[in-house]
Amino acid sequence: MSNNEALKTTGAPSLEELLAVGQLASEEEMEGRGCLCIECIEEIPCNPCQTSCPQGAITVGFPITNLPVIDRSKCTVCGLCIPACPGQAITIKSVKNDKARIRFPWEYLPFPSVGDSVRMVDRLGQELCDGRIVSITNPERNNKTAVITAEFPRKFVQDAISIARSHTDV
Amino acid sequence: MRNDEKPAIVVGAGPAGLCAAIELKKAGAPVVLMDENAKPGGQLFKQIHKFFGSQEHKAGIRGFDIGKELLAESLRLGIDVRLKTEVVGIELGLKVWAVEDRTKSYTLDAGKLILATGATENALSFPGWTLPGVMTAGCAQTLINVHRVLPGKRILMVGSGNVGVIVAYQLMQAGAQVAAVIEALPRLGGYGVHTAKVRRAGVPFYCSTTIIRAEGAESVERAVIASIDAKFQPIPGTEQILDVDTICLAVGLTPSIELSCLAECKQIYIPELGGNMPAHDEYMRSSNQSVYVVGDIAGVEEASTAMEEGRLAGIHAAWAMGYMDDQTMKIKTDETRGRLQALRQGIFGQKRFAAKERILAMRKDA
Amino acid sequence: MSADKIPDSRIARHAVLGDLPVQKDVTIYFEGKPLKAREGEPIMAALVAAGVTVFRYTKKGSPRRMFCGIGRCTDCVMTVDGVPGVRTCVTEVRQGMRVERQQGVGSWSVQAEAGHAQ
Repeated sequence: MSNNEALKTTGAPSLEELLAVGQLASEEEMEGRGCLCIECIEEIPCNPCQTSCPQGAITVGFPITNLPVIDRSKCTVCGLCIPACPGQAITIKSVKNDKARIRFPWEYLPFPSVGDSVRMVDRLGQELCDGRIVSITNPERNNKTAVITAEFPRKFVQDAISIARSHTDV
Repeated sequence: MRNDEKPAIVVGAGPAGLCAAIELKKAGAPVVLMDENAKPGGQLFKQIHKFFGSQEHKAGIRGFDIGKELLAESLRLGIDVRLKTEVVGIELGLKVWAVEDRTKSYTLDAGKLILATGATENALSFPGWTLPGVMTAGCAQTLINVHRVLPGKRILMVGSGNVGVIVAYQLMQAGAQVAAVIEALPRLGGYGVHTAKVRRAGVPFYCSTTIIRAEGAESVERAVIASIDAKFQPIPGTEQILDVDTICLAVGLTPSIELSCLAECKQIYIPELGGNMPAHDEYMRSSNQSVYVVGDIAGVEEASTAMEEGRLAGIHAAWAMGYMDDQTMKIKTDETRGRLQALRQGIFGQKRFAAKERILAMRKDA
Repeated sequence: MSADKIPDSRIARHAVLGDLPVQKDVTIYFEGKPLKAREGEPIMAALVAAGVTVFRYTKKGSPRRMFCGIGRCTDCVMTVDGVPGVRTCVTEVRQGMRVERQQGVGSWSVQAEAGHAQ
């Protein structure tokens, strides 16, 4: 295992660090309905991704500090694992023509609304490009972690991770 | 339960103490749970994030919901919970001196004593550290998540362990901005998934960085930070001024060992787990065979490990008091140890596991 | 005094905790001025919500506020109903309570000595 220099100095994993543990999805995998992206590169004791998956598509196994492994042939990209992950480390990314979409967890107020223009951010919190909110769901079972889908230009798909938090005075 | 019997007394109604009391009561043992606060739950109710672990550790459930579950269970079992009750003394022979509501003083003889007194956050002194606006991360967390008030609008977090990073995230959830998280060591301390979610919200992390001073007339108006060298000395010319009104300190915790000292439990020094603490065996028994120590007092870890340690002690104390047969005790102990073991693996858990093993070894020598 | 310059800082809405639950108001008096508090909350919370930045002054005149927030450090002590040295982070507000900044270790008022239990 590498020493995760970027993660442990900037706070966020680099693309190389994700690739090194097989957690960087390719754009081919993202075509069409999209694919699950888990960014969990440290051995921490945690497995709700595995237990939340109705298809058995995510395996952590024993010990529960193992990194999660995705079986893409079983994954239906239902997204139940997104709010289940205590680390908010799971997204679903898809690409179609020149557009990309990301489904990601969100726990800040105010929530954006469908159709809102937002700024997409990369893993370092830097603004990448404009995006648009496609959907937002927050059913009871999510236990207060909303799941948002945003659409943005395809060329940013590897770097995009979330949207900028709008700062509002309380 | 026999009328003349001395109860097990559990001091501290946080996650460890609640679980110890629950195991004792479930086994039918008389138990009294004391806590100085007006509400039980310890620090669980300020933990609003989803916990790690697996289903059996209540992973994915938020800390305050775990707290509510434990309280409901203790109510259902009818545990004698005495709130606003400070334990101010312990005599050998296990006489516990309690003061209720700061007015009523009494003593109670314990059959077994379980100390679950937790830990205290460390301070860090630098010029200006006493200014209003400088507080521990846990203080800010209590204010925002329990009392629902924001102590400030722009925050500097000092310390990148899980406490610092989680509280930075929760301050943003409460509506504050976090100017930076700084860390004296060259690498960040907390879980990468925690730092990643704070970083993507636009919060910079500065490693090998310390706070030089806090400035302000009557409260914090700015913080000055600087890079430090390998000997932790500030590097001239690297000073940076941050425009903040609040400085949170997340620089570790120290076990609250006072009562264990009064109970004459042998103390040992384990820096990785917070400093001085009572030694304990694999049943969480201190060097005083009638006194158990569980949770952060027995080495600072997490609420999830504290709950399992509490269960271990509760099970063993119930057995020692004659409320559980040998086989049941063994089965329950093994199950609990299995769950504890699962939490002490991986790059973070292994260090704590190794430190805990040293405690057991030192306890044997005692 | 620099107190009272920060506006009301109650967290009314929260993504995880939901809206601030409705709670009965009580009135406490900070330095003689009435101030609204929520029943059941500690004095500290009511003062922070009201934007009070200084809770007390040391003997040498340096300002202090809360530090640990859970009753350990005694940084937040104030004179409450004439009794000095009361930890405001673990003492609940009460209707009509008088809360004052103390200088140094403060001093007891006559009424407090006569019959106060706290």
